[in-house]
Amino acid sequence: MRILNKLAQGTTVAALGLAFSVGALAADITGAGATFPYAVYTKWAEAYQTATGNKVNYQGIGSSGGVKQIRAKTVDFGGSDAPVKDAILDEAGLVQVPTVMGGVTIVMNVPGIASGKLKLDGATAAEIFRGAITKWNDPAIAKLSPGVSLPNLAITVSHRSDGSGTTYAFTHYLAKQSAEFKRDVGAGNTVNWPSNAVGGKGNPGVAANVQKIKGAIGYVDIADAMKNNMSFVALKNKAGNYIVPNQDSVADAAAGADFKVKGMAPDLLDQTHKNAWPITSATYMLAYEKGSDAAKQKSVVDFFTWSLNNGQKLAADLGFVALPPNVVKMVEAEMKKIK
Amino acid sequence: MPLPAFYESTCPLRRVFPQITIEPIGTPTVSEPSVTAGIDLHARQVRKFRLQDRFFHHSTQVFAFVVLATLVGILVSLTIEAWPSLKAFGPSFLWTNIWSVPDDEYGALAAIYGTVVTSVLALLIAVPISFGIALFLTETCPVWLRRPLGTAIELLAGIPSIVYGIWGLFVFAPLFADHVQPPLQALLGDVPIIGSWFSGPPIGVGILTASIVLSLMVIPFIASVMRDVFETVPHVLKESAYGVGCTTWEVVRNVVLPYTRVGVIGGIMLGLGRALGETMAVTFVIGNANRINGSLFAPGTSIASTLANEFGEADPGLHIASLFALGLVLFVITFVVLAISRWLISRSMGSEGL
Repeated sequence: MRILNKLAQGTTVAALGLAFSVGALAADITGAGATFPYAVYTKWAEAYQTATGNKVNYQGIGSSGGVKQIRAKTVDFGGSDAPVKDAILDEAGLVQVPTVMGGVTIVMNVPGIASGKLKLDGATAAEIFRGAITKWNDPAIAKLSPGVSLPNLAITVSHRSDGSGTTYAFTHYLAKQSAEFKRDVGAGNTVNWPSNAVGGKGNPGVAANVQKIKGAIGYVDIADAMKNNMSFVALKNKAGNYIVPNQDSVADAAAGADFKVKGMAPDLLDQTHKNAWPITSATYMLAYEKGSDAAKQKSVVDFFTWSLNNGQKLAADLGFVALPPNVVKMVEAEMKKIK
Repeated sequence: MPLPAFYESTCPLRRVFPQITIEPIGTPTVSEPSVTAGIDLHARQVRKFRLQDRFFHHSTQVFAFVVLATLVGILVSLTIEAWPSLKAFGPSFLWTNIWSVPDDEYGALAAIYGTVVTSVLALLIAVPISFGIALFLTETCPVWLRRPLGTAIELLAGIPSIVYGIWGLFVFAPLFADHVQPPLQALLGDVPIIGSWFSGPPIGVGILTASIVLSLMVIPFIASVMRDVFETVPHVLKESAYGVGCTTWEVVRNVVLPYTRVGVIGGIMLGLGRALGETMAVTFVIGNANRINGSLFAPGTSIASTLANEFGEADPGLHIASLFALGLVLFVITFVVLAISRWLISRSMGSEGL
C-alpha cells in the first residue's frame, strides 16, 4: 500500500513537472459555440493534446451562444456557423476566420428511386420546401428527371426542429433561388416551414424521419447523410451540372470562392465551379484581436494553425471538408492579428 | 436501575442520539438525595433536548424556506426575462396562433394546444390502464406474481425519458405509420368530425404518437400510486363486502374506490404533471411543427419541446424573451393543475368526512 502511495506521489510530481514545463509556453484554452464543428474540434483537440500536450476544450452550445460567450469574454475563442457581421467584428474587436467546411445535402425516401437518380434544380427544390409542390409526380419534378417513374405520393418535408447552422445554410440557398421561398419560409436558424413539414431534433432526427416516412424529403449535412447511407438528390449547380454531393464537390465550391473579404466569409452558396456543390458553407472561429492574456491568445492561434495543417484527414473522416491549402495560408496570415 | 434491555435498544431517541443516556424517572426504590440529583440531571437533559429541538426546528425551517425562495426566484426571473415579449404582445400572446422567428412574431397558442392535447390524451389512455394494473395487482393477482410485476412497473418509471423518445422515433413511429394509422383511417376516415381527427398522411410522428408515448411514461407513476393506495383499504371492509356476497367489481366500485378517492386523484395529477412538462420524449415524436392542425396524425409542438428545440440557437431579443414567456406559461399551467388537484382532494375529503 505504502509503495503504491509513493508511486502515486511520484507520478503526480512528474505530471505536475510536465504540466509546468509546457504550461510556461502554452495555456489551456476554452472555446464555445456552434454544434456543427463540435465533432471535428474535439477530434482536433484530442490529436493536438497528444502531439503537443496542450489542452483545448470546446463546448457545443450553439452559434449564437458562441458569439455571446466570446463577446462576454468568458471563453478564449468562439465558434459560429453564421458569419458575424463586419460591423459587430469591428465594434467588438474580433478576428474571424473559417476553420472547416461542410455541405448540406438534400436527401429523400421515395420507393423505387435510387440515390442520385432524382434531379432537382434550386427553384424546384424551393417550391418543394415551400410546400407549393405536394406530390412526387408533380410535372415540375417529372420534367427535370425524364425516365424516372415518380409515384403519386404525398411529399413530407423533413426539417430541423432545433435552431441550427444547417438550416441557416440551406434556407439561405433556397431563398437565393426563390423570392416566394424567402417570403413564405424565410432564411435563418429557425424558419416557418410549410404545413406538410415534420421537424426532427438534430441531423440524426431529420435523417430518421426521412428514412422512416415514405415520401419524405429533407436536408442533412453530408457527414450524417453518408453515415446513414441515405438517398441523395442530384442538384443542379450554377454551371448547369447536376451534382451528387460528396466531399470533393464541396471542396470545389471553395476553390472558386474569394476569401479576401472582411471576416473571411465569402458566400460559398451556388459557386460557379463546374463541379461545385451548391449548398456549401464554412464554420468560423472568433477570437479577440487584442486579448488580455497573451499566452492564451497564442494558444488559440497555435491550436488552429496546427489543426489546419495536420487535421485535414481527421476532418475528412468525420464528413467535413478541409480548407484548400491557399485558404489555409490566408487564415494563417489573418490569425497573425490575434495577439 | 438500568432500563430494560428492550427499551435501551428500541427507544427512538436512543437510535437518533446514541450519545444520550436515558435515566429512568421517578422509580420508587431510589433514596432521597439521589432523587434531587436525578431531578437536576433530568432538568439538564430537558434543557439539552429543548436546545436540540429548537436547532432542529430552525434548520428544517431554513430548508423549507429555501424551496419557497427558489420557487419565487424562478417565477421572478422568468417574468423579468420574458418581459420584452410580454410588453410587445400583451395577453394576446396566449391566444395568438403565430410562431414566426423570421418575422419576429410570437404567440403561444400552438404550443399550449399541443401541450394540453397530448397531456389530456395521454391521461385518457393511461388512467384506465393504470387502474386495471393496480386492481389486478391488489385484488386478483396470485401472490407469487405480485412482487415481480410491481417491481417491473416501478422499473418502467425509472427509464430515462430520452430512451422513450428514441424508442418512440425509431421503433414505435414506423410501426404506427405502417400498421395502425392506415387501418384507423380506413375505419374512421369517413365518419363526420371524428374522421378529421385521423386525416392526413400516415407519417408516424405527430400529436397522437406523442400522446401514446407519454401515456406509457405516466402509466408507471399512476399505477404505482393507485396500487399503494388500494393496499391501504382495511381488509375488514373488503372482506365484509365479500362476505355479503359482493363480486370483485362491486367491492372495487363501492368500497375500494370511495375509500381511496383522494389518493387516486393525487396519482392522476402526478401523472398529468409529468405529462405536461415532459420534454425530450415529446420532442422526438411530436413532429415539431409550430401550428395547430385539427388532425391527431399531424405534427404539432408542445411548450417544453419548443423550448428544447429553440433555446440553443435563439437570437437575443424577442425570440429569447418569448421562449421565457412560454416557460412562464408552462409554469402557470402546472401551478393551476396542482391547485385544481388540491381543491379536488380537499373537496372529496370534506364530502367523505375523512
